[in-house]
Amino acid sequence: MSGITLSRRRLLGLGAATLSGLTLGGCDRLDFLGERGSDVRSYLEAANDVTYRVQRLLMREGALAPEYAETEIRQGQRPNGSTDPQSPAYLALRDNHFEDYRLAITGLVEREKSYSLAELRNMPSRTQITRHDCVEGWSCIAKWTGTPLSVVLDEVKLKPAARYLVFHCFDSLDEGPSGPIRYYESCDLIDARHPQTILAYGLNGQTLPVANGAPVRVRIERALGYKQPKYVHTIEAVDSFSRFGLGKGGFWEDQGYDWYGGV
Amino acid sequence: MNEIIVKAGRQQGPLIRRQSIWTRVTHWTWAIWLFFLLLSGLQIFNAHPALYIGQESGFAYDNAVLRMDAVDRHGPRGQTTIFGRSFDTTGLFGLSGPADHPRVRGFPAALTIPSYQDLATGRVIHFFFAWLLVATLLVWLCAGLISGHIRRDLVPTGRDLAHLPRDVAAHARLRFHHGRGYNVLQKLSYGAVLFVLLPLMVLTGLAMSPGMDAVWPWLLEVFGGRQTARSIHFLGMTLLVLFFIVHILMVLAAGPINELRSMISGWYRIDPEPGLKPEIKS
Repeated sequence: MSGITLSRRRLLGLGAATLSGLTLGGCDRLDFLGERGSDVRSYLEAANDVTYRVQRLLMREGALAPEYAETEIRQGQRPNGSTDPQSPAYLALRDNHFEDYRLAITGLVEREKSYSLAELRNMPSRTQITRHDCVEGWSCIAKWTGTPLSVVLDEVKLKPAARYLVFHCFDSLDEGPSGPIRYYESCDLIDARHPQTILAYGLNGQTLPVANGAPVRVRIERALGYKQPKYVHTIEAVDSFSRFGLGKGGFWEDQGYDWYGGV
Repeated sequence: MNEIIVKAGRQQGPLIRRQSIWTRVTHWTWAIWLFFLLLSGLQIFNAHPALYIGQESGFAYDNAVLRMDAVDRHGPRGQTTIFGRSFDTTGLFGLSGPADHPRVRGFPAALTIPSYQDLATGRVIHFFFAWLLVATLLVWLCAGLISGHIRRDLVPTGRDLAHLPRDVAAHARLRFHHGRGYNVLQKLSYGAVLFVLLPLMVLTGLAMSPGMDAVWPWLLEVFGGRQTARSIHFLGMTLLVLFFIVHILMVLAAGPINELRSMISGWYRIDPEPGLKPEIKS
């Protein structure tokens, strides 16, 4: 009797093991696609360039991201990613309510310039109620107020060699061998000069809170959340972003996310 | 004479050339594309395993229609909530993996590529195969329009529709007629997948792209918001999976060898037509 139970149990166990082995094995076998920098992966990633080019072709000059009514703001902007940067430079600025904050515009510009928060606030501003789409899948509608980036770019005048803007930030989401890896992002000049691209200092009618990127967060409304860098201290005009981080154009891009971020 | 009939066994109809090379090639490429799209799509879903109705996701209020998460009920349990009703789905949705260290995740490792949580790779795979899916659809559409396949084989005729009740009854009894063309249920289901479901998947996919929402703002209006589009995309996925299951069952029930042969070599053996002598091969 016990022999029969045992063999049946063994049989069941064997069956279950085979089944799970089959399914797990089948899926693990495709895990190599996660290997950053592999040939297959680079091949698959080429589709992201196609997406970028096709969307840029389809976008009329200045095609706007949808804007929403006040009544569609039903909750606060959900903070995520870094919400409380701890770098000493940032903490010092925060303690003084960002009185000493300056946003530096550097790199391939005719004249480098920096702006205090008060100066940014005294420039032309744009307020827009837009939808923030996180790469994870969720969305949140909020009202953003800030200085159009194009106004700043007109003042510093980009050199003809400039092709991208790189945004340098105070926050970090990861530690590297030589200390915290600072968040950074980049965009092309089409997004940089887009009318809805603003250096946001206001959120839902209030001063931009620390959790959402104080004092200045860039809004690039036709792209996903990771393309909206928070805690920005320097905007650098460059001809290539290959020398920053791992060379992919942003913190999350260096982790394997697509640079365009419009899908 | 008798001997020959015995040799031929069951009365067999003639072999006919049923599927064109276009149908066969696009059929199998779709099968591969959809396999990768499904498993990478579930990987993407797992990054935020909840679906909502409207433009945004409610965090301060509740507009979720589906949610997979883990709850503590004398130990961790997987829970799936659909339209406010919760189900214990431990081991499948919400919480799965080895019993000694289960993981909090929407769909289990066996259903995602990669098997571990990796949104970036899921996106790379999904968008690569999404382009291939669209390209294959366009190739099929052009070939189908030019060759007349769509008009001839897929658009149901008045006679087809008149036969609908009879056809449903025959399918319910698993009695299949192997004719030259598709029966009306086949026409309707293949037509629904090719002209409704797959385009719907592409369009709801595009509606989730903030870039495409600037290019074609009507996408959001048609689907009632980005988060609704995401939910419809998910619903479309479940309908495609359902179609796949029924499709496989029908192939098995209708004669897998014959059905598979027609989709590989194009040759299909139809039922002997009444009044015709059986084809005899010696």
